Amino acid sequence: MSTIYILWLRQLKRSFRSKSRIIGSLGQPLLFLLAFGYGFGPVFQKAGEGNYIQFLTPGIIAMSVLFSAVFSGIEIIWDKQFGFLKETLAAPVSRVNIMIGRTLGGATISIFQGLIVLAISFMVGFRLESAVAAWNVFLFISLIAILFTALGTAIASILQDFQGFQMIMNFMVMPLFFLSGAIFSFQGLPSALEFIARINPLSYGVDGLRGSLTGVYQFGFIPDLTVLSLLTFILILIGGYLFSKIEA
Amino acid sequence: MKIIQVKNLVKTFGTIEAVRDISFEIEEGTIFALLGPNGAGKSTTIKMITTLLKPTSGDVIINGFDIKKQSDDVRRSIGIVFQDSSLDEELTAHENMDFHGILYKVPKKIRRERTEQLLKMMELWDRKDSLVKTFSGGMKRRLEIARGFLHHPKVIFLDEPTIGLDPQTRNYIWDYVKKLNTEENITVVFTTHYMDEAEKMSDIVAIIDHGKIIKYETPQTLMDEAHAKSLEEAFLYFTGRDIREESATSDIDRMRNIRKSHGRK
Repeated sequence: MSTIYILWLRQLKRSFRSKSRIIGSLGQPLLFLLAFGYGFGPVFQKAGEGNYIQFLTPGIIAMSVLFSAVFSGIEIIWDKQFGFLKETLAAPVSRVNIMIGRTLGGATISIFQGLIVLAISFMVGFRLESAVAAWNVFLFISLIAILFTALGTAIASILQDFQGFQMIMNFMVMPLFFLSGAIFSFQGLPSALEFIARINPLSYGVDGLRGSLTGVYQFGFIPDLTVLSLLTFILILIGGYLFSKIEA
Repeated sequence: MKIIQVKNLVKTFGTIEAVRDISFEIEEGTIFALLGPNGAGKSTTIKMITTLLKPTSGDVIINGFDIKKQSDDVRRSIGIVFQDSSLDEELTAHENMDFHGILYKVPKKIRRERTEQLLKMMELWDRKDSLVKTFSGGMKRRLEIARGFLHHPKVIFLDEPTIGLDPQTRNYIWDYVKKLNTEENITVVFTTHYMDEAEKMSDIVAIIDHGKIIKYETPQTLMDEAHAKSLEEAFLYFTGRDIREESATSDIDRMRNIRKSHGRK
């Protein structure tokens, strides 16, 4: 337990000390909310789809949690390069616990980030439509956060340096975001893209968040929860396994 | 009691043989120096013994535990000061010590006492709340060593511990190592390029070259055998005067360095 706690605490300390990173990471969601929200809003409205900010906000929250979570996981590469990883790998503690501590630390930061973006979205005009189950909002943000931190950890365990990083951004993180229903719905997509969107784990996170914030589900609460929980569990196992295989 | 037993240890990276079938044993309470030119296989050997690198073949038993099957027991028995930095630069000196103490389950009271004692000894106490990234190279090295001594293991591994330190600090550190060795019977395994340190401190010296142990003697025997006045002379006598830049494993080191310098943010 103390291992998980101290690694969790370390992630938090590092993040909250890096003020520029916090501010920088809030800039992007704000820009997306303003540019997309006000840019596409009128078109969306004319097409009879209602208020775009209402549709977009859950997607942008999911996006900021996704980015922050993947980055937290990938931070392991930093530790490899700066040597700190050796300190943890040489210690007489279970590597799975180290991985869990890191993952929970990264996830906690991502959850904070998601909640801050939610607060910002109110300033941009987002309104809660139904009686919102606050716990469900928190639940889905947490699941997205843990799932994708674990994914980042798994990837970073294999990578040696930042060479592959750009590729991961372009071929994994951005497609995950764009094809998740975060900024447009699946309806009317070519069937190949719709298929990808349906097997994209983030789609279930976006849907769960949208459902719990605005009351409109596409897949439904139970399917969203089941898919996300199951995948989170599997990715923690994979991440833990790959992390325990790292050699100095 | 044999605290370390190494049997037929081999490590290959692709076609490069970094460590070629080495075997040796170390008695508990010994101060043991592992010497060798650059790229001889010292760090690779230490990484394998300390469970950080999987051997290609061979066995290592530390404190009665097999590094392959009982790696957690091995890790609990040892302490390591790495050749290159393994500090968290975004944390303070004190936080780095605390982190280490908690990972190694040093009880809180002892952790506090030793942290204070060690940081004072390394003259870092008044900088204990500064972020490590603001430290000079020598300060980081001192903190690294202080951290390695925070838990008192059965065996401590020091991979070029005194590199880049002034003579005052080096003396301090060796006095402390000697004290731990005599008072708590801690076995010390170290590598160094300062032959005078090895001559003064070690009970047994192993010279490793091209991935093989070529000598395993007391410093005095080595010097007698080479008819040398100092261990440095004896070392040159046994390993030759050629500079080993082109040797196989230093290629790996160079590649590592290139990769590191490109990868940094």
